[in-house]
Amino acid sequence: MSAVEQLTPPPAVAEPGPRRWRRVTGRMGLGGLLGIGGLLALVVVSAAGRFLTDPPQPDIEAIAQGPSGEHPLGTDFTGRDNLHLVVRGGWDMLELAFVAGFLMSAIALTAGLLGAYVGGAVDRIVVSFIDLWLTVPRFVLLLVIASLFPVSSTVALAALIAVFEWPYLARQIRAQALSLRRREYVEAARLLQLRGGHIMLRYLIPAIGPFVVISTIQAMNTAIYQQVGLAFFGLVPLEDNWGVLFSVAYSQNALYLPAAAWSLLVPVAAICLLQFCLVLASRSLEELFDPRLRGAR
Amino acid sequence: MQLTPLFTLIGRALVRTVLMLWLVASVTFLAIRALPGNPVDVWVQELQGTGLSAEDAREQATRLLKIDVDQPLWTQYLDYLGNLARGDLGDSVILSPGTPVTDMLGERLLWTLFSISFALVIGFLIGLYLGSLAAYRRGTWVDRLITNVSALMSSIPAVLLGIVLTFCVGVAWDLVPIQSLRGAYSPDVQPGFDLDFILSALAHVIAPGIVYILVSFGTWALVMRSNALSVLADDHVGQARARGLSERTIRVAFVQRNARLPLITGFAISMGFVVSGSVLVERIFVYPGVGQLLADALARRDYTVMQGVVVATTITVLLATAIADALYGWLDPRTRIEQHA
Repeated sequence: MSAVEQLTPPPAVAEPGPRRWRRVTGRMGLGGLLGIGGLLALVVVSAAGRFLTDPPQPDIEAIAQGPSGEHPLGTDFTGRDNLHLVVRGGWDMLELAFVAGFLMSAIALTAGLLGAYVGGAVDRIVVSFIDLWLTVPRFVLLLVIASLFPVSSTVALAALIAVFEWPYLARQIRAQALSLRRREYVEAARLLQLRGGHIMLRYLIPAIGPFVVISTIQAMNTAIYQQVGLAFFGLVPLEDNWGVLFSVAYSQNALYLPAAAWSLLVPVAAICLLQFCLVLASRSLEELFDPRLRGAR
Repeated sequence: MQLTPLFTLIGRALVRTVLMLWLVASVTFLAIRALPGNPVDVWVQELQGTGLSAEDAREQATRLLKIDVDQPLWTQYLDYLGNLARGDLGDSVILSPGTPVTDMLGERLLWTLFSISFALVIGFLIGLYLGSLAAYRRGTWVDRLITNVSALMSSIPAVLLGIVLTFCVGVAWDLVPIQSLRGAYSPDVQPGFDLDFILSALAHVIAPGIVYILVSFGTWALVMRSNALSVLADDHVGQARARGLSERTIRVAFVQRNARLPLITGFAISMGFVVSGSVLVERIFVYPGVGQLLADALARRDYTVMQGVVVATTITVLLATAIADALYGWLDPRTRIEQHA
């Protein structure tokens, strides 16, 4: 290839629809497709499990069995079918992840934008508080609080987790907003003396929108991480969900008997699957929205 | 004047440490004593339920908590902070009534620190290596493999990893007897400063250590990769290439040194993260650290012990942060120059 050819940009031709769609999917890569497709599949299967099936019944004849034709993934210590349990237990996890992720993002967005936009003393207070809170071993504190004041619903648990885990996101959002603030078009809006609220709503929030979506996905992952830890100590509401399933199976010593271990490992695998999908989705969205990362591929 | 910046550094670290300790202590006080329906009130009522008179119950609470529960809340709060400042965390209420919490914490904290510090350092080194490898091989399959595996590993909860590891090694493949994974050293070894004890302690730290390494290396690798990438794009690296320095020299002297600096600040955050994770991992491997103590305290509702564990882990993290800050100032001459200006 000659030097001239290398320097000439490719001609700008409007791409036909299907090819453009293929380019978006191509940019997301295999991982992204797997992640987002996996998430959608989990949502559909969990919703079907929760709303279309009845809770599985205990069966004294089939306690803590390995896989068989009748029970493809074995049974738990009361003889309930593991496959059925795991399909039913997804909805609650998704609900927790969604509510906690949304709340966490909302708090982080408020604090981060407040700090970045108002600046001065407010920013210093926000930043010091975030830094302080980030270094505290929060999970230990969360365990103690959750054991002293037991939460009774998934939404309450999500709120508690959100209150503990927002600072990391807030710090990221603040950094993004700070770099945005110095962009020329935001400067121009300020010179036009548009109101602060207007600038925030029309200029800053749309610009960090994609970033907030990614942060929310990461927040969902954090929420599940914390829920699993709390569940291990039996500090979550006793709903049908993977965290409770695995912690109950663990407390029944299912780990030490290969046949019974299915009731422990199946929800564990489901949790890992959900987290893998979330990680893959957030990573591919990052690449999709961030031109610098895109250039790397 | 070399001393002035050092003093401001230490001063700042002290202020930060005290502030954070105060924050955590206040939250715990609020939760355990001040909020309506708080466990101390509940506990006093329970004591009365067992037949104690109201005065006796309150007196017993006062004795163990070392806070006069009849005083107004504000006075109790000051008493509590005063006790804390003197290093007095009260006495255990239920686990072993009357034993000072600090005594219970002492040995446990040592085991936790022993297991964590080992794994943190190894995880850090693995992360550094993999991160810079990914950066040098940017865009290749090596890069993609490392970044994806790191991202996935850092997202799996430590508990689940611990459980799966125990299952694979101890149950399914039956490589080692489960009992040998438990505890801090084998029951047939006497604690002492001899080879048997040290080897036994090391063998028992392997299982929890692997879990800590697996959950921590990914974060380091990802951060190191992005740092190394931005350093590789710096002018001084291009200039070094133009001078004809070998790739090895460039990597070691120019990229590594600059890229790993910011990681040290991340160390504090990671420390809090791993200490938190240790609560769960220690429960799986029955490792006699603070995490195990907290699990017992939670199960038996021993409030002073819970409070003590929260304060002790916070202090641990604070110390690590302070050391990391000091290291940073020492490793990065630029921060020292800024202090002068």
